[in-house]
Amino acid sequence: MSVLDINGLTVSFRTETGRVYAVNDTSLHVDPGETLAVVGESGSGKSVTALAILRLLGEAGRIDQGSIHLEGEDLTALSELEMTRIRGNRISMIFQEPMTSLNPVIQVGRQVAEPLVLHQGLTWAQGLERAHDLLAKVAIPDPGARIRENPHQLSGGMRQRAMIAMALACSPRLIIADEPTTALDVTVQAQILALLKDLTVETGAALILITHDLGVVARYADRVTVMYGGRIMETAKATNLYRDPRHPYTRGLMNSIPSLDGPVGAALSTIEGQPPDLAHPPPGCPFAPRCSQRQEQCEKQVPPLRRDGERDIACVRHD
Amino acid sequence: MTDPLISVSDLKVHFPVTEGVLITRQTGSVKAVDGVSFDVRKGETLSLVGESGCGKSTTALAVLRMVEPTAGSIHFDGENITTLDRNAMRPYRQRMQMVYQDPFSSLNPRMKVADIVGEPLRVHRPDQPRSDYRKRVRELLDVVGLLPDMADRYPHEFSGGQRQRIGIARALALQPDLLICDEAVSALDVSIQAQVINLLMTLQKEFNLTYLFISHDLSVVRHVSDRIAVMYLGQIVELKKRDDLFANPEHPYTRTLLNAVPVANPDLEARREQPLIIGEVPSVRNPPSGCRFHPRCPDVLPECRTTAPGVHGNVACHLYAPNDGATLPGRTSEGGS
Repeated sequence: MSVLDINGLTVSFRTETGRVYAVNDTSLHVDPGETLAVVGESGSGKSVTALAILRLLGEAGRIDQGSIHLEGEDLTALSELEMTRIRGNRISMIFQEPMTSLNPVIQVGRQVAEPLVLHQGLTWAQGLERAHDLLAKVAIPDPGARIRENPHQLSGGMRQRAMIAMALACSPRLIIADEPTTALDVTVQAQILALLKDLTVETGAALILITHDLGVVARYADRVTVMYGGRIMETAKATNLYRDPRHPYTRGLMNSIPSLDGPVGAALSTIEGQPPDLAHPPPGCPFAPRCSQRQEQCEKQVPPLRRDGERDIACVRHD
Repeated sequence: MTDPLISVSDLKVHFPVTEGVLITRQTGSVKAVDGVSFDVRKGETLSLVGESGCGKSTTALAVLRMVEPTAGSIHFDGENITTLDRNAMRPYRQRMQMVYQDPFSSLNPRMKVADIVGEPLRVHRPDQPRSDYRKRVRELLDVVGLLPDMADRYPHEFSGGQRQRIGIARALALQPDLLICDEAVSALDVSIQAQVINLLMTLQKEFNLTYLFISHDLSVVRHVSDRIAVMYLGQIVELKKRDDLFANPEHPYTRTLLNAVPVANPDLEARREQPLIIGEVPSVRNPPSGCRFHPRCPDVLPECRTTAPGVHGNVACHLYAPNDGATLPGRTSEGGS
């Protein structure tokens, strides 16, 4: 059984100018020990999908449709109190900025121990002992001294390791990492992502890795979901997606990254135009206005996400 | 080989570190740039790459004389501009322009696009009639792929990519020789980034521009550069032609960096040796002794801990010193082939 199964999820936000649909009719799943990368550009809906899983949409946001099953249990049907028992326990999240997502005035050890005290009924003394082990597990040198330090005494990479230790504390079934290394230098990024990947494989947790970096996806993901304009365009195994991207947007995206290994061409191929304004989405496929292969029906009707072998794809050309 | 437009020699930029509130005294210095030398030839793109704190942006600011060099010299088109005063710098400032990273904070939100792009003209060509500005602004917008009629709009009406085009139009207003692009495409989404990179490369050919390109993104750097300088903690560790650097990275830091960057190709990644990277970049306030990379270096030699390496060929590394050529360790990993 999948750890997480999202079906037909639609999320909208109330704004001054009306409702904005940030995620539309989105379906995906993640299996135990698997890394699913969710890629897309700003405004594609990838982070909102993550926040919807945790029901952290704030006052203005709401889930309009669809279901989110965690090991068979529909999270959308849970009360707010029941959700607090899931966050940090069965699902944990790692954010982009370790600087702003740790509490600056609480010692690192206490922050790592907190979910254990809250969710698993450990005493603070037991919690701190476990925190020590967790910091050692994420390869923080001298964990005994580190647990008594405040976040500002740690480097960016060490803070992100502490975040990972906190996320792992209660042995979650699902870890969501939203651009976990975007704020870090590339040599540190490689260390952090390798650690995260090893730990998910070891614990059998599922990992959702949200990123805009197609290199990171190629190195660490098992499967990839490509989002654009609040919808899923294509989901496939990483190797299949890179070898044979089928959706015109996926292809455009792959072609527009300057490569590190191929020949250096004269000009990069680009996708003309701009991403859609979510407040005024096009009536049909969100990519239609920029698609070089659009047909008449693309501008009128949203193509449904269809299964094709091991791949999901939302494009009328793909029948 | 053409003449250098910019020639930087043994440049040092040190910032004082002070203590105390009312009575401050200098207790040390941050050696942000510490002995950097390079030329940028006319019409070429030289990239400075490296991680945060390596001094790439400070080097660029020193070339523009926006921070004062502590030591060393900067020549622009043969003239020594290191110590020129404000007035004497004016003609040179027109010839070197900067494109900034963040298209949201580098444009004044209260100014119309026409005024943003036209501002350099108003400052440096005050005698021109106003109608000429308007015409020139419309030309510039057209050159960077925007509609001339957009001149009367405000920055908030534009997307990130369009704003970066406005920043480029402003930089081109005075027909400069040198464009310094400091992470100019880093904040943009992939599909938009490709558009702006293409624009920069077209403009370079069209106006015979020289680029000093600063980036942490090696795939972008590989695409745009003629030559690349790799920086680490205030120093250049390796400087060579683009293809040489990627085919034959010599400095252990360059190899580490190239190995750390994931390639957008899962088949290749699966075959690639997973990088073994030691530690993190130390603070510039307290750089390691000897070679600054030695605490993280996989090939460290005893002398690396005590003595700063000289430059051997294109590399500042003890491994390539002529005398200890015999101690070269066998290397198994080839970075970024």
